[in-house]
Amino acid sequence: MRDAAIIGYAQGPQYRYAGAANESELIMPVVRRVMEQVGVGQQDIDFTCSGSCDYLQGAAFAFVEGLSALATVPPIKESHVEMDAAWAVYEALIKIWTGEADLCLVYGFGKSSPGELRTVMALQLDPYYHVPLWPDAISLAALQARAMLDSGAISERDMAEVVARSRANARANPNAQLKGNPGIEELLAEPGFVSPLRRHDCPPITDGASAMIVASADVAARYCKRPAWVRGIDHRMETGILGARDLTRSPSTRIAGEKAGVARGKVDLAELHAPFSHQEIILRRELGLADAVPVNLSGGALAGNTMMAAGLDRIGFVAERIINGKADRGVAHATSGPCLQQNLVAVLEA
Amino acid sequence: MTDAREPVTGIEVPIYLNYEFTAGAALARFLASIREGRIMGQRCPGCASVYVPPRGSCSRCGIPTEEEVEVKDTGVIEAFTIVHIPIPGNPIKPPFIAASILLDGTDMACLHLVSEVPTEQVHVGMRVQAVWRPREEWDYTFENIAWFKPAEGA
Repeated sequence: MRDAAIIGYAQGPQYRYAGAANESELIMPVVRRVMEQVGVGQQDIDFTCSGSCDYLQGAAFAFVEGLSALATVPPIKESHVEMDAAWAVYEALIKIWTGEADLCLVYGFGKSSPGELRTVMALQLDPYYHVPLWPDAISLAALQARAMLDSGAISERDMAEVVARSRANARANPNAQLKGNPGIEELLAEPGFVSPLRRHDCPPITDGASAMIVASADVAARYCKRPAWVRGIDHRMETGILGARDLTRSPSTRIAGEKAGVARGKVDLAELHAPFSHQEIILRRELGLADAVPVNLSGGALAGNTMMAAGLDRIGFVAERIINGKADRGVAHATSGPCLQQNLVAVLEA
Repeated sequence: MTDAREPVTGIEVPIYLNYEFTAGAALARFLASIREGRIMGQRCPGCASVYVPPRGSCSRCGIPTEEEVEVKDTGVIEAFTIVHIPIPGNPIKPPFIAASILLDGTDMACLHLVSEVPTEQVHVGMRVQAVWRPREEWDYTFENIAWFKPAEGA
C-alpha cells in the first residue's frame, strides 16, 4: 500500500458567533490559507473531501453550498461525510492508498451558533427509543461523568485538572476560544451546570472551519520538507444503545489505538478529541498513554469545539508539530456521537 | 387501544428545533437592497461572472466576490417545469411554472415563478420581466417579485 502524509493544515479562528458569515465565507479563508502554505492551487488537487452537518446551522444542503468556497471550474472530484472531517481524512487516505489520488484537500466546518446545539445533537441518536426522549448532548455526557465518578475511576478534581491544563495550553493557540490560567480550587468553586458537570467541563459552542492537505509519498516531498506520515489509522464504534454500554470505558478507542499501532513507539504528544473533561481521562487510559505524554497542547476541544472540524483539528495539530520539527511521533484521536460512541485513532510520524 | 399484534407503522417524535438563520454577509446585502426594490448582485474579480443572489464567493474561481453590481429585473428563461402536483407546505396552488431565469447581465440563473402566460406558450429562451408586489408589501425577500411574466415587446 502506498504511503500517505499530511503536508499542510490550517485552523480558522474559533468564534462563539461568526456573525452573518455563511459556510463558504467561513471555509474560503482557511482553504486559501492551507493552499498558500503548501503552495498548491485547486487545479493541483485531485480529490476534495469535506465533513459537516447541515442540522447544525439548520440550512439544507449547506454542505453543497460550501463548495462555493472552492474553484470548481474545471469540474473537481469531490466527496462529503456527514461526520467530523477526521473521517474525511480517512476517505482521502483510501483514495491515496488505492492510487485514485495523489493530492487531497480536506476541510471541515461547523456553524453551531444558529441552533440550540445540545438539542440538535439529540437527532444523532437512535430514532425510535432515544430521540423521542429528547436527551440533549450535555445531559448524556453528564450521565457518563456520573458513571465515572461513581465507579471511583476519577474525582471532580481530576476533571478540573483537565480543564485547567486545557485553558493554560490554549494560550499558545491564537485561534482558541477559551484560554486562561484558572486554579483548580477556583474551578471547583464554580456552580454545577448539569450535575456533575460544571460549565467548564463542557466544550464551548463554536463557529469555525479547518483545512488540511494530504498527499501520497510520490508527491509529498515535492511540497513539504518534513511530511507527517500516517503510519496507522483505524476507527471503531460502540453500539448506539447507550444502556448497553459501560460508559466508563471506551473499547472502541482501545481497539482503534491497538490497530493504529499507538504502542509501537514513543509518543511525543497526543491530541485527544474529548469535548468533555472526563472523556480525556477515559481516552488517555484506553490508549495506554504514559503520564508523561503531553495531551492537547492546542487546548483541545474544551478550548474550542468546532463541530465536524474538532476531530480534524486534533489530527492537524499533531501533523503541524511534526511538520514544524517539534515532534517526531504523535497520536491523534477524533470522536463522534454521544459519550464517545465512535472513535478514530491515527499515528503520525516524521 | 391498538392491538399489540398489529404492525407499528409510525411513531411521533416530538422534537422541535429553533434556529436563528444567518444568510451570509453577501446575501444579507442582497436582501437589504431587494427590500428597496433593487436587485444587487456581485461580480467576481477573477472571471467577471455576476451572481444573483450573491453568496460572497465565485464558485468557478473559489475567490471572494466583493464588487456590488445592480442588475435589471429582466431576463431569459433557461429552463422551466410545469408543476402539477401540490408540494406539502407550499402555499402555491398547482399548476404553476417554476423557471430557471438568467437575469440580464448575470452569469448564473436564479429560480423563480413564471405567470401571466398560457403554460403551453412557455419556452426556453423566452424573455421575461419581473412583476413586483405593491411597494408597501416589500420585505427582506426575493418574493417582493411575485413572479416573472413575458417581457413587453418581446
